[in-house]
Amino acid sequence: MISQVFILSSQGDHLIYKDFRGEAGSDVVNLFYEKVTALTGDQPPVVMRHKDVHFVHVRQGGLYWVATTTADTSPFTIIEFLNRLTALVKDYCGSLSERSVQMNFALIYELLDEVVDYGYIQTTSSDILKNFIQTEAVSSKPFSLFDLSNVGLFGAETQQSKVAPSSAATRPIQSSRDQGGKSEIFVDVIERMLVVIGSNGVLMKADIEGEIKVKCYMPTCSEMRIGLNEEFSIGKSQLRGYGAAVRVDECSFHQAVRLDEFDSLRILRLCPSQGEQTVMQYQLSDDLPSAPPFRLFPTIERDNGGRLLMYMKLRCDLPPKSAGINVSATIPVPKGSVSLSQELSSPDQSAELQPQSRAVVWKIPRFPGGTQLSALFKLEVPGFSSASMLEVGPVSLSFELPKITATGLQIRFLRLSPFQPGPAQRWVRFGMRTFDSDHEVGPGPSEDPVQDCFHWWIHCLLYLSQQDDVCWTESVCCLTS
Amino acid sequence: MPYIGSEDTVRDLRRVLSNPNVQSDQLRYRNTILKVIRLPSLVEYVEQPLTAGLRDRAACVRRVAVLGWAKLHNLQTNSEIDAAVVNELYSLLRDPDPVVMVNCLRALEEILREEGGVAINKPITHHLLNRLKECDIWGQCEVLRILQRYRPQSEDELFNILSLLDVSLISPHPPVMAATLSLFLSLCSGLPAVGLAALERVRGPLLAACGNTSREMQFTALCHIQLLLRSLPGLMGEHYKRFFCGYAEPAYIKQRKIEVLVELVNDDNVAILLDELRGYCTDVNISTAHAAISAIGRIGRSYSDKCLEILTELLGLKQEHITSAVVQTMRDLVWVCPQCSRTVCSAVEGCEAEIQDSQGRHALLWLLGVYGEQVSSVPYTLEVFIDGVRSEASVGVKMELLTATVRLFLCRPAETQDMLGRLLHYCIEEETNMCVSDQALLYYRLLHCGIEETRKVLQCRRSDPSLGVLIGRPAEPINQWSYIFNTLEPLRPGAIETESATIGGSPEHMTFDPKPNNDLSDTLSYSFGKTVRSGESEHVQCPTIFRCSPQSLQAAMQLVNIQTLAFTPPHTLPWRVYLYTNTQNKHSADTCHGTLILGELLYTGEEIQKKSKDEENVGVEARQDKREEEREEDTAEGRSEKERVKKNTAEKGIKVTLKQQPRDEKALKGFLSVLTTVLHALSSE
Repeated sequence: MISQVFILSSQGDHLIYKDFRGEAGSDVVNLFYEKVTALTGDQPPVVMRHKDVHFVHVRQGGLYWVATTTADTSPFTIIEFLNRLTALVKDYCGSLSERSVQMNFALIYELLDEVVDYGYIQTTSSDILKNFIQTEAVSSKPFSLFDLSNVGLFGAETQQSKVAPSSAATRPIQSSRDQGGKSEIFVDVIERMLVVIGSNGVLMKADIEGEIKVKCYMPTCSEMRIGLNEEFSIGKSQLRGYGAAVRVDECSFHQAVRLDEFDSLRILRLCPSQGEQTVMQYQLSDDLPSAPPFRLFPTIERDNGGRLLMYMKLRCDLPPKSAGINVSATIPVPKGSVSLSQELSSPDQSAELQPQSRAVVWKIPRFPGGTQLSALFKLEVPGFSSASMLEVGPVSLSFELPKITATGLQIRFLRLSPFQPGPAQRWVRFGMRTFDSDHEVGPGPSEDPVQDCFHWWIHCLLYLSQQDDVCWTESVCCLTS
Repeated sequence: MPYIGSEDTVRDLRRVLSNPNVQSDQLRYRNTILKVIRLPSLVEYVEQPLTAGLRDRAACVRRVAVLGWAKLHNLQTNSEIDAAVVNELYSLLRDPDPVVMVNCLRALEEILREEGGVAINKPITHHLLNRLKECDIWGQCEVLRILQRYRPQSEDELFNILSLLDVSLISPHPPVMAATLSLFLSLCSGLPAVGLAALERVRGPLLAACGNTSREMQFTALCHIQLLLRSLPGLMGEHYKRFFCGYAEPAYIKQRKIEVLVELVNDDNVAILLDELRGYCTDVNISTAHAAISAIGRIGRSYSDKCLEILTELLGLKQEHITSAVVQTMRDLVWVCPQCSRTVCSAVEGCEAEIQDSQGRHALLWLLGVYGEQVSSVPYTLEVFIDGVRSEASVGVKMELLTATVRLFLCRPAETQDMLGRLLHYCIEEETNMCVSDQALLYYRLLHCGIEETRKVLQCRRSDPSLGVLIGRPAEPINQWSYIFNTLEPLRPGAIETESATIGGSPEHMTFDPKPNNDLSDTLSYSFGKTVRSGESEHVQCPTIFRCSPQSLQAAMQLVNIQTLAFTPPHTLPWRVYLYTNTQNKHSADTCHGTLILGELLYTGEEIQKKSKDEENVGVEARQDKREEEREEDTAEGRSEKERVKKNTAEKGIKVTLKQQPRDEKALKGFLSVLTTVLHALSSE
């Protein structure tokens, strides 16, 4: 049972406040904000309590989504509900941000009215909700010339018309009504991975979590068929032929997916409802089908002036046509490091020392495959001792790789049934979000006699941090089959 | 308040509600009914539309109308419950729309709250279970929650229900999975084996929830996994890699994962786990680093060498907070495993300069005081502390300093005498804090009584090394935590008590108290009572056995596959040994698993012991009674056992009390004969 739901901005502004049962006053909103901002870093913030009021909240899109409830409620239910609510708001408003919530407050109140009655969750299915929601979403996007670039000159079929801008999938689902004919389906294949590589280059841990998401802008959609690679296999026992190229350990599907053609033809059949849904989730661990996309070769030494010299060579092993974007390497450095001087190989890169997180962050906006970048960082560390070396590393690397999946999962085709009213555009995009390769680099005995008497090691992690939003710049491609 | 309207709105609503056909326009009806919940003045106008709404053809009208009755009831709580409405709501449980059905349950729960909520009988239960598939996940959760109140009448019915629920137990939706498990556990509270099997079954979905994209969901799943591990410590053993922390994870998730990792340690993965934990010790977040360090300390209770190596290496970092945390961890570790004292003493030497916080210094002083004779530089270290005592702010540190200095004086008087004098003088004459000056006075007067007296008082209590085996937490029965499963309780900080959450202070005053030998039997008898259902006691004539060394006893027992749990030192009375064995039953093929036998050997030299033994038995039984009423026959058995004990203690010899689960007479007899042989062989040596 939910007693109140409210949405706060990160500054504590009340964006949405809805009281379902009238049991507690609205002062709890301020109370919540005081509590949540007073928390120290190590306290778990998810559940907080003030007398009889229990706050459960999630953070999405930089906002606090809070429900107040009683002690014996299921946390799984409340958190799943709040997550579902954010997904609904995202579907209806296009994107999740303070601005979009502010502009669409009427729509969100209407949604809440439909979704919850007297504190009881009624329905969150977008199929049912679409019959009741009347308000149009207000889109915050200003007019942009780039939107016009998709229009072929004199109707000519250009390469551009096969590519949709990344913003195409972040519009509200309802606006299709007046724009007429813009019935589109987006299918995203997103994989997050975490790889840890030891100092000797040995793969120590690999984990891939992937999902196929369908975002449907059609008010009614008949059956849709998604064909995966035919050599796709689940578990270790199902290998076919000469070892399948695409293998996952575990796989689960949305309840609406029908799997009668999955075993023989690897086809998923479903009738997507309006909005976004995760059709399939899969996991693969310990056994990477391809080499990690990045390799790091760090060298770390001290110069005579007591400065720490870190020479980083980063190689991108992707095929030359693809590129990693938003690559950022985080190198933990000893406590008390004061100044950083850097030599980077190209001007678009940047690096800075972040004293509160005790790390040097090296950012590379675009990193084409088959190339190599290097950087030299010089750090002033007062009171440097040999033991401080223990604090250097592990290096973590985060990046996004559009158009690539680590497991090799592909979408062969995307077909809508012939009874579809009117033509629909189908878009497929792929991406890998998080790659974690963790290099533990033991530099071996060094020439420096001071360091030699300690057995020291540096442990470098290449990580891809999990970002909440992938931003796809040019990565969207259309499948026209 | 969004709903309290002005005069105009009220008038408008009243007008709408007076229209006899208000429900013909579905949306308008819904909006009107949704609005009136806060306006008691409108009650009389609402009843009629609500009654009509219950019979409306549109499902969405019925949904609103059903909950409308609950709102109406809460608006006028003291009015009579309208039986007609209640009946109508009960009959609407058969409504074709699943949401209406679930709303009826919710409304009845509210209206009949004083009578204990909606009545759940057999037909209703079966109806709800059969329609479970039609509901969405929210409806399923609600139905599963309400069904917890139902008690099946026969075992057949129970198993039918359980097999129906099996599908939702492995549901990919965490809320449904959790609600089903909760129902499972409440249904089979009398069948622990079924409950454990259910826990095994939810392992997959729970692990998947740990990998959910939502951090909050991950956190919830982790907290509930900690609950499950209390009953089934081996549940996640092979999946330990799923609990490794990601770099970008928030501190609260990392700390929970570290807590889980400690529980998963076994011989195969200990090296990998420690390697991983070492990486967390230098985390930017200080409390995560502390959590990792104390986790290593807890693993150190079973794998002390490797852990001490890592902890010593961490001291080399010369980081204030790390050193302080390491010293506190070492203090706790040394208390449980006194055999590591040598390594610890050499490691902590010379790290006093880095420790700034009072808890760290407190821990260091305790170590220096207790192991003063093993570390050569202690007097110099203490001298620095004593010289700085004027600027010392923490009362705890001052008191620990007093104790440490007096203790050091006992073993190294020549070096310490002068500084002890200075310290006592300062504390008695100049110190303003009552506690500190009182303690100083106490020590001063104690020293007047003579060195032997002082030694008697200040002799540090050492824990018994044989306690080490008992550190592993015994598996708790599921009932211990099943009532908080799937509530907000496990998500609270500190809800799942981690062992020895010490906040400064020396381990002597901690809750994790060392058990002197008398208490030892108490704890063990306690765990006896918890795990074992049937008891048997026997008498073996070999009074010299208590003189033989623990090592030879242990070795001899292990030859015949009997494991010793703990024993009192030789030559103490009463002398006790606790042991257990697992026998495989090869004769009968239908019972595939063997039986567990727990045994207590007791040598009470004299008859005086008889009394204490009786008391103990009573104590155990009292606890058993409290724990489970269903074991009445067992306690009866226990009583007869006690009588037998009384008869036996008249003779001199070793009393053997055996407890067994499941019962197997043959195995028990066999075990007893083997044990007797071993004891005789040992005592004849």
